[in-house]
Amino acid sequence: MSNTAAVQEHHDDAHHGPAKGLMRWVFTTNHKDIGTLYLLFALLMFLVGGFMAMIIRAELFQPGLQLVDPEFFNQMTTMHALVMIFGAVMPAFVGLANWMVPMMIGAPDMALPRMNNWSFWILPFAFVMLLSTLFMPSGGPAGGWTLYPPLSLQTGNSFAFVIFAIHMMGISSIMGAINIIATILNMRAPGMTLLRMPLFVWTWLITAFLLIAVMPVLAGAVTMLLTDRFFDTSFFNAAGGGDPVMFQHIFWFFGHPEVYIMILPAFGVISEIIPTFARKPLFGYSAMVYATASIAFLSFIVWAHHMFTVGMPLGGELFFMYATMVIAVPTGVKVFNWVSTMWRGSMTFETPMLFALAFVILFTIGGFSGLMLAIVPADFQYHDTYFVVAHFHYVLVTGAIFGIIAGVYYWLPKWTGHMYSERLGKIHFWWSTISVNVLFFPQHYLGLAGMPRRIPDYAVQFADYNMISSIGGFAFGLAQLLLVYIVWQTARGGQKATAQVWEGAKGLEWTVPSPAPYHTFEDPPVIDDSKLAHGDVAH
Amino acid sequence: MKKQNIVVVILAVLAGLLLAVWGMFAVGDNMPRGVTEFSREAYDLHMIILWICVVIGVLVFGAMFVSIILHRKSRGAEAAQFTHSTKAEVAWTVIPIIILVAMAIPATRVLILMETTAGYEMDIKITGYQWKWHYEYMGEGVSFISSLDSASNAARIKNSGIDPASVDNYLLEVDNRLVIPADTKIRFLLTAGDVIHSWWVPELGWKRDAIPGLVNEAWTEVSEPGVYRGQCAELCGKDHGFMPIVVEVLPKAEFNQWLVEQKGPQDDLDTSGYAEAGDSAAADTALTSTVN
Repeated sequence: MSNTAAVQEHHDDAHHGPAKGLMRWVFTTNHKDIGTLYLLFALLMFLVGGFMAMIIRAELFQPGLQLVDPEFFNQMTTMHALVMIFGAVMPAFVGLANWMVPMMIGAPDMALPRMNNWSFWILPFAFVMLLSTLFMPSGGPAGGWTLYPPLSLQTGNSFAFVIFAIHMMGISSIMGAINIIATILNMRAPGMTLLRMPLFVWTWLITAFLLIAVMPVLAGAVTMLLTDRFFDTSFFNAAGGGDPVMFQHIFWFFGHPEVYIMILPAFGVISEIIPTFARKPLFGYSAMVYATASIAFLSFIVWAHHMFTVGMPLGGELFFMYATMVIAVPTGVKVFNWVSTMWRGSMTFETPMLFALAFVILFTIGGFSGLMLAIVPADFQYHDTYFVVAHFHYVLVTGAIFGIIAGVYYWLPKWTGHMYSERLGKIHFWWSTISVNVLFFPQHYLGLAGMPRRIPDYAVQFADYNMISSIGGFAFGLAQLLLVYIVWQTARGGQKATAQVWEGAKGLEWTVPSPAPYHTFEDPPVIDDSKLAHGDVAH
Repeated sequence: MKKQNIVVVILAVLAGLLLAVWGMFAVGDNMPRGVTEFSREAYDLHMIILWICVVIGVLVFGAMFVSIILHRKSRGAEAAQFTHSTKAEVAWTVIPIIILVAMAIPATRVLILMETTAGYEMDIKITGYQWKWHYEYMGEGVSFISSLDSASNAARIKNSGIDPASVDNYLLEVDNRLVIPADTKIRFLLTAGDVIHSWWVPELGWKRDAIPGLVNEAWTEVSEPGVYRGQCAELCGKDHGFMPIVVEVLPKAEFNQWLVEQKGPQDDLDTSGYAEAGDSAAADTALTSTVN
C-alpha cells in the first residue's frame, strides 16, 4: 500500500512542471528556479552597487567637492563594497552553482531543496535592511566595508541594521555552502568519482568549505562590534582594555578566505570554458584541483598582509610576507595550465571565450600587483592607496565578475534555450574590456603617485588620472546595461540552441536538451568517459 | 604552417607586448624614490618585483597571444589532445619558487632595516585626531597641532566656487608644519586619540598606523632639506581626505634655531600653540556644521 503511494507520489513529481505565477518563485525548491533567482538578484545588486560606483567616480571626476558631502561619499564607498561583495559576486556564484552543479554531477536537484529556498529568500530582506540605512537619520555605514573600530562604532543607530543584515547574509551563505557540499558529496551519479568532477564543481566544493569556515568568524566579529556599540562592552575599545587591532585580525581571518571565495568559482568557470573553445582537454586537471586546494589552505594563513602597517612585530611581518608570496606558486600553476590548454588547440572566439581570455590576462595583472603588495617594505608605500584599489578591482571586476559574465554567456543558451546575439555579445566584450582598463589601470599610477584611497577630494596633481578613470568608469557602467539587454533579449527569444550548444562542449550538462527541462537526471545518467567534462579520465 | 611564419608571429607578439610595457611606463607616474635610505630601498624593491612581473607577464601573455593567433580553428588548426607534461609542470612550480626566494632575501633585509629604531637621536610623538595631527617634540617641551591650511579649507567646501587649481598645494598644506632636522635619526611614536589614522609621507618611504591605545614606532633620517607632503592614509571619518601632513626638513643648525624660537618665552608659546590649535578646532566645528 504505502509502496504504491510512494510510487504514485514519485510519479506525480516527475511530471509536474513549475507552478504558475508569482508563487512559483516564492515557494520554489527547484534548483534551476533558485539559481535563476540568485542570478537575477545578483544582477540587480550589481546595478545598485554599480550606481554607487558611478556616484563615487562622478565626485572624483575633478578636484573639489561638487556633488556629495564627504560623509555621503564614505557611505557610498562602504555600501558599494558591501553590495558588490555580498549582493552581487557571492550570490551570482551561488546562482551558477545552483543551476550547474546538479546538472554537472548528474543529480536531480540540490540535496536540501527547502533550505535552498530559504538561503535565497533571506537575501532580499538582508539587502533591503542594509540599503534602508541610507535613508535613516544617522545615515548608512561610512567606516568602510571592513568596519574597522573605533571608526565604525561612530555610526549612528543604523549600525544595528547593518550588522543584522550582515548576519543574515552570513546565514544565507552558510546554508548555501552546506547545501552545495551535501549535494556534491552525496548526489553524484554513479561513476562520477571526485576526480572526474568538472573543475567548476571542484572549485565550488572547496569554496563552500571556506564559506563554512569563515562566515561564522565574520558573524563573531560584527557581533562584538554590536555589543561594543550598543551594550558598552570593550572588545575593541582600548580605554576599556580592548584592542582595535584585534578586530582587524579577526576580520581578515574571515576577509582573506573571502577573497578566494569570490575568485575560486571563477577559476572553475574559466576552466570549463577554455577547454570547450580550444577543443582540447584541460591541461593538468589534477594539478588544477590540488592548486585550488592549496590556495584555499594558504588563504587561512596570510590574513595579516592586509595590515602590514598596524605595527606588527618583525617576525609576524616576515611570516605573512613569505606565506603571501607562496600563494603565487599555485596561482601561477593555474595560469600556466590555462595557457597550456590553449596551446595547440583549435580555438574559436565566441563571447564566453573572449571573456575567459580577458580574465586570464587581467586577473594575472591583478595577481602581479598582489605579489608586489606582498613585499612588505614596498607595501608600506602601496598600502591604503589607489594602487590597492586598482589591485583588488583587477581581481574582482576583471577576475570574479568577468568570470561570472563568461559563465553567463556560456550557459545562457542552456538556461533559456536560445542563443544570445553573438554580435551584441562581442560589442559588450570589447566595450567592457577596453573601458575597464581605462577605469582601473590609471589607478595604479594614482596610488604610486601618492593618492590615498577612500578620499572624496584630492590634490590637483591627481586630476588627470582621476578624470580618465572616471570616463572609463562611466563607459564600463553603461556597457553593463547592454549585458542586461542581451540577457533579456535572449530570455525572450532568439535562435534555438541545441543540446550541445558549443561544438567543443563536454560534460553532463550538455547531454540534456536546451532549455534544460524543469527536472533533469531524475534517473542517474550513465557516465560515459567521452561525455565527462574536461578532466583527464586516464590519470 | 611554415616555420618562418611562426617566427614572424612570435616576434610580432613580442614587439606588441614590449610596446605595451613601454607605453605603461611612459604614460604613468611611478613611486617616488624619496629622500631616505629606506624609501630608496623600498623603491628598488618595488622596481625589482615590478620587472619580475613584467618579464613573467611578457612570457605568459606572449605564449597566449601566439597561441591565439596560430592555434585557431579558422586557420585550420587541429586540436592536440595532450593533458600533461611533467617536465613543464615541475619547471613552472620550481622556477617561481626560486624567483620568490630570491625576492624574499632583499625584502627581508630592507624590512629589518625599517624595523630597527635603535640609535635614534630624537623622539617625536605623533597623535592622530579627527581630523588633525598633534606633534610633540619629546623632552623639548614643544608641541602643536597641525591641520589643513585655511586656503584649502575654504576651497574644499562643496561648491565653494574656488578653483582648487588656484590654491597652492591644494589639500596638501597645513597651518603648522612638522619641522625636523636633516641628517638626524628620528624616532616617531605614533598613537591616536579617537579612531585609527595612518601617517604617510611618500618621500619618507613608509606609512604607519596611529591607533588609539597603542604606540607604534617608526623612524626616518632625511639627508635633503626640503618640504615633503603626505596625507592620512587610513579612513578616519568624513574629513579623512582633509588631514594632510607636511614635513619641513631643515639643516641641523636652522632646526636648532627654530626649536629655540618655539620654546621662546615659554608660557606665551605653548599657550599660543594650543590657542591656535583650539581656534582651528573651533573653525573645524564651524565648518562641520556648514558642511552638514
